[in-house]
Amino acid sequence: MAKKFHVEIVTPNRIFFDEEVEKLVVRTTTGDIAILHDHTPLVTPVEIGRAKIIYGNDKEREATISPGILTVDESGAILLTDAAEWPEEIDLDRAERAKKRAKERLEAQKKNEVDETRAQVSLRKAVNRIELAKRKK
Amino acid sequence: MAGAGMQDIKRRIRSVDSTKQITKAMELVSSAKLRRARQRVEENRPYFEKIEETIQGILPHTRELKNSYIDQREVKKTGYIVITGDRGLCGGYNTNAIKKALNHMEDREVSVIAIGQKGVNFFRKKGYDLDGEFVSISEKPMFSDAKSIGKLAMELYQNEMIDEVNLVYTEFVSTINHKPRLIKLLPLDQKEIPEEMEEERDEVMTYEPSAEEVLEYLIPKYVESMIYGALIDASASEQGARRVAMESATDNAEEMIDDLNLKYNRARQASITQEISEIVGGAEAQN
Repeated sequence: MAKKFHVEIVTPNRIFFDEEVEKLVVRTTTGDIAILHDHTPLVTPVEIGRAKIIYGNDKEREATISPGILTVDESGAILLTDAAEWPEEIDLDRAERAKKRAKERLEAQKKNEVDETRAQVSLRKAVNRIELAKRKK
Repeated sequence: MAGAGMQDIKRRIRSVDSTKQITKAMELVSSAKLRRARQRVEENRPYFEKIEETIQGILPHTRELKNSYIDQREVKKTGYIVITGDRGLCGGYNTNAIKKALNHMEDREVSVIAIGQKGVNFFRKKGYDLDGEFVSISEKPMFSDAKSIGKLAMELYQNEMIDEVNLVYTEFVSTINHKPRLIKLLPLDQKEIPEEMEEERDEVMTYEPSAEEVLEYLIPKYVESMIYGALIDASASEQGARRVAMESATDNAEEMIDDLNLKYNRARQASITQEISEIVGGAEAQN
């Protein structure tokens, strides 16, 4: 069995996750990366996406992650993010509504660049939540 | 007539008593809110500390890097984010925060982002240059509120509308002790780090894709989390201040009622004595 290391996922409202795991997979701005025990110290921004936590023995969990920053050092990995949710916590209705709203905004405000990026970000967040929530059902 | 005086006193007692009931209720409400606000402060702490840790770890690597949030420039206009409450009846809470900001402003050219109805009213009435107003978030601030405030401040800073950003809020020291505090948000101050330590860190940390890009992302997060931290601290302080104010109001009301009761009893006694002496006087006159 592979060695385990410590992972913390911290949001402004709570410590979302704080356990020993075998492997952590997150999406960074430059692509998906997997962190294992004794990874080289690293700091990198994280994209809207999912964090896959693999405990070993075929046990794994997945959570949606908002943009954040991942720090890895000798003591383990710390993921700081605006928001994190387990699939069972996702409010599917709310996500669907957010998706609809973001799409409408995109339609309405094609000219305004700032609002467009914002709407796109909301859209991606919503779609990310919906995908994970649906898959787990 | 003694009887009329008694009626007046009785009426006053009733009125003070109903005020006391209100202040007592407000005290209880803010106690409950204070508990929740303190819990939020506790929950936010790990996130805030981690952000600060990370940013202090990166800054030494960025000596040569250009980043508009770090580079000092001549300060022509100073921006202030002032956090106050939406409502009064909380002792000196709002005025103290505003005073703190005013003391620092002095003769500078300033622009204000006011948070909370009280602050908005004050700065608007005094004719300050208001760049932003945020109301009805003071009681239960959300991280998204902090984000929009931070975004506004950073936009103003990037566009050189303001050359420095200061944050004024009330720090929650303890339930009865709240201190107005001013901190400089932008540009970031680089803490000096001993050279050996710097070298050591250089070897071990990898920044993907580059330290510059990480910083690019991290600084706005840092600003947002500072603002969020200040918002929840301020909301805890507001509830604390209100609780203390209402507690002393309740105490004062009780004291007043005691005083009035004494007066009432004296008046009652006086009127009885008078009545008796009238009766006695009348009886003697008949004999």
